[in-house]
Amino acid sequence: MSATNAAVAEPYDYDVIKKFAVMAVVWAVVGMFVGVYIASQLAWPVLNFDSPYITFGRFRPVHTGAVIFGFGGSALFATSYYVVQRTCQTRLFAPGLATFTFWGWQAVIVLAALSYVMGYSQGKEYAEMEWPIDLLILFVWVAYMAVFIGTLMQRKQAHIYVANWFYLSFILATAILHTFNNIAIPVGLFTLKSYSIFSGAQDAMVQWWYGHNAVGFFLTAAFLGMMYYFVPKHAGRPVYSYRLSIVHFWALSFMYMWVGTHHLHWTALPDWASTLGATFSIMLLLPSWGGMINGIMTLSGAWDKLRTDPIMRFMIVALSFYGMSTFEGPLMSLKDVNALSHYTDWTVGHVHSGALGWVAMISFGSLYHMIPRLWNTQMYSIRLINTHFWLATIGVLLYITAMWISGISQGLMWRAFDDFGNLQYSFVESVAAMHPFYVMRAIGGMFFLAGMCLMAYNVYRTIRQGVLAAQATAAPAAAAA
Amino acid sequence: MLKNFKHEKVETNAGVLLVLTMLAISAGGLVEIAPLFFIKDTMENVPGVRPYTPLEQRGRDIYIREGCYTCHSQMIRPFRDEQLRYGHYSLAAESKYDHPFQWGSKRTGPDLARVGGKYSNEWHVQHMIQPKSVVPESVMPNYPWLMSPLDYADIGDRMRALRVAGVPYSANKEEYQRNVEKFGADVAKTLHIPDARNILVAQAQEGNFDGDRASVTEMDALVAYLQVLGTMVDFSKIKPEDLVKYR
Repeated sequence: MSATNAAVAEPYDYDVIKKFAVMAVVWAVVGMFVGVYIASQLAWPVLNFDSPYITFGRFRPVHTGAVIFGFGGSALFATSYYVVQRTCQTRLFAPGLATFTFWGWQAVIVLAALSYVMGYSQGKEYAEMEWPIDLLILFVWVAYMAVFIGTLMQRKQAHIYVANWFYLSFILATAILHTFNNIAIPVGLFTLKSYSIFSGAQDAMVQWWYGHNAVGFFLTAAFLGMMYYFVPKHAGRPVYSYRLSIVHFWALSFMYMWVGTHHLHWTALPDWASTLGATFSIMLLLPSWGGMINGIMTLSGAWDKLRTDPIMRFMIVALSFYGMSTFEGPLMSLKDVNALSHYTDWTVGHVHSGALGWVAMISFGSLYHMIPRLWNTQMYSIRLINTHFWLATIGVLLYITAMWISGISQGLMWRAFDDFGNLQYSFVESVAAMHPFYVMRAIGGMFFLAGMCLMAYNVYRTIRQGVLAAQATAAPAAAAA
Repeated sequence: MLKNFKHEKVETNAGVLLVLTMLAISAGGLVEIAPLFFIKDTMENVPGVRPYTPLEQRGRDIYIREGCYTCHSQMIRPFRDEQLRYGHYSLAAESKYDHPFQWGSKRTGPDLARVGGKYSNEWHVQHMIQPKSVVPESVMPNYPWLMSPLDYADIGDRMRALRVAGVPYSANKEEYQRNVEKFGADVAKTLHIPDARNILVAQAQEGNFDGDRASVTEMDALVAYLQVLGTMVDFSKIKPEDLVKYR
């Protein structure tokens, strides 16, 4: 009933954005819960309960799928539809298609999770979805592309705002990566099982070209789009440097696609390929930090907001973590560092400082900014946002500290020799030594999850209050008519 | 012309922005991926590497189903400690029939690239059912359900799909003959799709991987797979200097 009212009152299509925003919060809670659970399984293996459906190996892609594609993906759909409409001053192109992207994408997340626990997996990280789900993703993505580009084409502004460049780049890159990495031969039309068309070294190359750009485009370029809209908007200041944003965009789009091979240092992939990946990884530090500086300096003249506004604090801490992870990444891509860090928990810690510190926090900030505006109200509680901020920050710090210690310890223990030139430790001694850090990591995750639950409650109350207020204003109007 | 170029032109034209972005994001993949399919030095030319037998392939499917790659790598790097702990560094040729590759990215447990022959079948079975019974500090889950019967009804379909992907399983006489020349008659027999079920059952019974000759279980398949990992290439017959040029 309020939908028809809203359609008249609002100059933009908010319905599909509202749906995606709510699901972003839901998937965050679900995905982070599964994350805490699998982290706990490593600390206390009894939690596997001898059940095939929830063993670590099958449950881990449920976690990565729910947080990356469920939470991250829904947050990106929501914010990109919001940003593209408002910066182009036009409504969505083909709103029916946009609604299809919502239901299609949610189906993808649910079907993927179910197929993993049932034991269907392509066996490629972050691309575990089997072929029918991959096809559904492709359809959804083509629809998304049509809606986004169509909306850009019918803009009422001459300029395409910088946030949209990043969203566009993310949409195009994801289409290419997803298509090529998932080419597979199905065993039959009525089975989910398939085999990758690529094998061995070539498959490794294609997978990590995809895998690192799931990070580079899905989890970075797109969230930079979010940053370029919500940070200046929330701070009430223009973007610090227009020139820097141009350099940031083109350098980042060009360079990210080269760096995937740093996941394959010292492997059977030819050296030239992994050296090339390392070279571009180091160069990538420049545009990454350019973007971080551009974001943080946008606050100049409004620094006081950091003291009073927890939403602003989320955004700025997110940018700080972005700077930290994009420094750590190039460091880990150096072959000598990688020789120590690869295969260890250090990698896991690095991913989470980016995923929790940067991706999740910039999303929290943006959702806290956007959700009250979608429902035409205020956030229910600023104090709860503040508590969420501290729980999240402490959680990330515990998490990455634990993983630094355990990762570097593993690396050092594996390569330690005794005085006679024999290996000093058996492998399982390194496993046993990690226990306290796995516990610490699980606790860090619990902090982060607790903050997320507060957010879910806060968002629920906010939406309720917005809906009730809308009904209250609608009722007298209806009575008068 | 470039002198007059203003970025504004890109910002005001969605088509130009789209095309330039496509160009920017396409370069990296093209340069790094395409040559791997053409440069001969990508894959070492070593004897011994063969496609998996039907039973081993089913074991590999189970390895992927259970997400073993989330904790175990199959890629030994050329370092002294890895050489001592795991064996000779992995060659690209050794995973050339692996669709998909399972090099992994994390060692919560040890590397498995050369686990074949390191432990007895009995050890593997006991370790799978309850890892802590043989390695008390282990954090690996128990896999008791692997003792259930193996479903091998569709083994032919699986091999046919792999054949389309490029694995030289034979579907007819000519292909079989080609395999005899390439791998020898003993191996060629195990790669023949029309006989797949019989070959699978025979290997499970002869190999007796799960300690029970009568039944064909998932454990038979998985252990058969683990026992072949890293054993195909005989490194005593290869000179290290012959491998250097491939690095």
